[in-house]
Amino acid sequence: MANLKCKVAGIESINPFWLASAPPTDKYVNVVRAFEAGWGGVVWKTLGEDPPVINMSSRYGVHKNGNQHILGINNIELISDRPLQTNLDEIRRVREEWPDRVIIGSMMAVIEEKAWKDLAVAIADSGVHGLELNLGCPHGMCERGMGSAIGQVPEMVEKVTRWVKEVVDIPVFTKLTPNITNILWSAEAAQQGGADAVSLINTVNSIVSVDLDQMAPTPVVDGKGSHGGYCGSAVKPIALNMVAEISRNQPTKDLQISAIGGIETWRDAAEFIALGADGLQVCTAAMLYGFRIVDDMIAGLSDWMDEKGYDSIDDFRGMAVGNTLDWNELNINYDSKAYIDPESCIECGRCHIACEDTSHQAIEFSVSDEGKRTFTVIDDECVGCNLCAHICPVPECIEMRPVDNKLPHLTWPNHPLNPMNTVEKQI
Amino acid sequence: MSLGLCNFNKDGTNDDDAISKNFADLHEPLSLLQAKAEADRCLYCYDAPCITACPTSIDIPTFIHQIRAGNLTGSAKTILSENIMGGTCSRACPTEILCEQACVLNVSQEQPVEIGLLQRFAVDSLMEKNLEHPFKRAPLKGKRIAVIGAGPAGLSCAHRAAMLGYDVTVFEAKEKAGGLNEYGLAAYKMADDFAQKEVEFLLQIGGIQIEYGQKLSEQLSLKSLQEDFDAVFTSVGLGLTNQLGIDGEEDSRVIDAIQFIEEIRQTDDLSSISVGNDVIVIGAGNTAIDAAIQSKRLGANNVTVVYRRGEESMSATQWEIDLARKNGVNFRFFSAPKSFSSSSLECDYMRSENGSLVTTGESYKLTTDMVLKAIGQTFDQPSFSELEVSKGKIVVSENYETSIKGVFAGGDCIDSGEDLTVQAVEDGKQAAHAMDHYLSNLSGEK
Repeated sequence: MANLKCKVAGIESINPFWLASAPPTDKYVNVVRAFEAGWGGVVWKTLGEDPPVINMSSRYGVHKNGNQHILGINNIELISDRPLQTNLDEIRRVREEWPDRVIIGSMMAVIEEKAWKDLAVAIADSGVHGLELNLGCPHGMCERGMGSAIGQVPEMVEKVTRWVKEVVDIPVFTKLTPNITNILWSAEAAQQGGADAVSLINTVNSIVSVDLDQMAPTPVVDGKGSHGGYCGSAVKPIALNMVAEISRNQPTKDLQISAIGGIETWRDAAEFIALGADGLQVCTAAMLYGFRIVDDMIAGLSDWMDEKGYDSIDDFRGMAVGNTLDWNELNINYDSKAYIDPESCIECGRCHIACEDTSHQAIEFSVSDEGKRTFTVIDDECVGCNLCAHICPVPECIEMRPVDNKLPHLTWPNHPLNPMNTVEKQI
Repeated sequence: MSLGLCNFNKDGTNDDDAISKNFADLHEPLSLLQAKAEADRCLYCYDAPCITACPTSIDIPTFIHQIRAGNLTGSAKTILSENIMGGTCSRACPTEILCEQACVLNVSQEQPVEIGLLQRFAVDSLMEKNLEHPFKRAPLKGKRIAVIGAGPAGLSCAHRAAMLGYDVTVFEAKEKAGGLNEYGLAAYKMADDFAQKEVEFLLQIGGIQIEYGQKLSEQLSLKSLQEDFDAVFTSVGLGLTNQLGIDGEEDSRVIDAIQFIEEIRQTDDLSSISVGNDVIVIGAGNTAIDAAIQSKRLGANNVTVVYRRGEESMSATQWEIDLARKNGVNFRFFSAPKSFSSSSLECDYMRSENGSLVTTGESYKLTTDMVLKAIGQTFDQPSFSELEVSKGKIVVSENYETSIKGVFAGGDCIDSGEDLTVQAVEDGKQAAHAMDHYLSNLSGEK
């Protein structure tokens, strides 16, 4: 069995699966249940200065797909609503009882040096392995000048990180908000401030649905609603891109990354690691299915690694980073065509109508006298867009076959039709 | 209700409770959870084979998508706009040879989407809501249409004609509307008086009047109807039951299966229906199966279906045959009834020789105290002597027009495909459009 041990910002963990700072890591009971279930670590629910905040009822809204499966949750819950000392006592207790598991203390304060430093020292004293600076919540706390209100200003990200680094000698993770125009600005700011790692992404600002009877956004609180933080598998693509951006950006390529965003299966986990993540954090999947969801994250990742011959996570970490390029760097001469396997086709016609209505009219539909429906790709019309292959309900029925067109590798900047290219040549 | 039989008392006595359980709904309706899960399985095919397989061309992928999207009313409207008796069809259609047989999932998952149950779910949920009738009438045309027979074809035609702006009078020989939906389908397929509920629902469109107890006669003839109405639609079904032509057929213990089923459907007290102890059903269609299963469920000890050919030649669907077996019905194939006397039916053993059926010369006797004949019905030709008839069915053009101008026909009395409720509904619908076309052209000529 592959070795799933990993090290994030110098902290060793039995596996890369940590629970993110959120309701599942709110208190002793939850965290112990998580460790019993096999999670490698937790980032404790964000702590703030006393008096604790007061939370609303209700707190969650969901986004479902057509089949009524939850794709994402949005929440308007704030940080821990229990006294700081209660949390710190519980952290100390779990640390003693579970010495091989990681606990990171998440924290948040107003933009005042003393506030950050005092809180950081207090939490560090409870014995946590590291601190995570929550600069991300897009609801509630930002209205008080915290969370994303800080995370959206790179100078503040740097400043806060530096303040904390000045008073503690444990690793500091700066947690980044995705509600920005360019993740590199805040990642580089965190690095400048001395962060040992960045955690990303925090939740995406959102309204997940509108209650059409109450005519209010969900979750509805006494007839009204607010925007909240969106998470779950729906945000995974956004998180993957931001992790990749940091991994392939020269100044930040060595920055440690604790990746967060819609990780629900071992495959999601492997994808984040392939894009350079050092460790992983999970929340929504646990909220939807319980802590047992980690079982197959561990088993699946390990089985896949065995299959691929990877002994440790480091063996494949970042392997997809080098293949992640800007559009301009892709081979414009590459060509592929869809091929529909007539043996496995079940004649549903989904590929045809998708192509006919919304793509390139490249799938011919014919019906034999016996009523057999045949769908055939017209190679001359097919641009290799993949839409049909994605839509087909039968696994591996539609294959995208590369075309050997004998053309050399060519990028758009070097393409003869690129007017910018011509200009450069003239110069 | 399960597909199998509820156990009776060991001493063989009828038990009211067991009987009523045996005649409850054959299929439990889907719950919302089940319906959503089943709807999820539909691939939303383009130009879907299930639509082609449905005689009424219901847009099945759309109505299932609407269930998935939480638009149950819209889903029911999609169904009913093509088939106003979508409720009955969802209960009685042999979906295994129609829409579900065409489902592409038969190929990939060996289990089609349960289209029938989903259709029932959608239609029932609309009917239970008691909303305003989902269809409106077009501006009235000031013309009148007569419909003969308030069965599925007649009612479907009446509803569509009313929708198109005609005033419709339906002449029905019996005391209730619904035709075979009310009198001929097995009771466990149409539980809770569904046929009448559907008639009530359909009449909500307005503009339809039903005259009960109106048999064709000298006073009420095609000719008189033609004089009183702008167009006539005849959907009289098959009024005569076929006879065996064997000795002893006149015995009071030898009765028509249709008559037996009608009694079951019309009684308020199932335990009052007299059923034999050793019942023989002669026939090979769905009516034979319905009669056999209902006999068993009423408490008959032995029920045997006797058919002169092999199982593969039966016109009942495999699903129906399997259902009969689950209910403990026995089958005797290659057995041609020869005579009935002193509590037994004598049958000739038959065999197939070069495709034709010949007797082996051997025969056997089956003990019986009740013989149900289900060997089909025929069109009551003499009542319509003025119409052109071929092979026992009224001849119609592709526009459902008979040999007499302005007289249209549909349902089991024409040869439009299988004798199924769903085909009758389609006939009625199409004939209404054809009559609209005919009457519009007439007005144009003026």
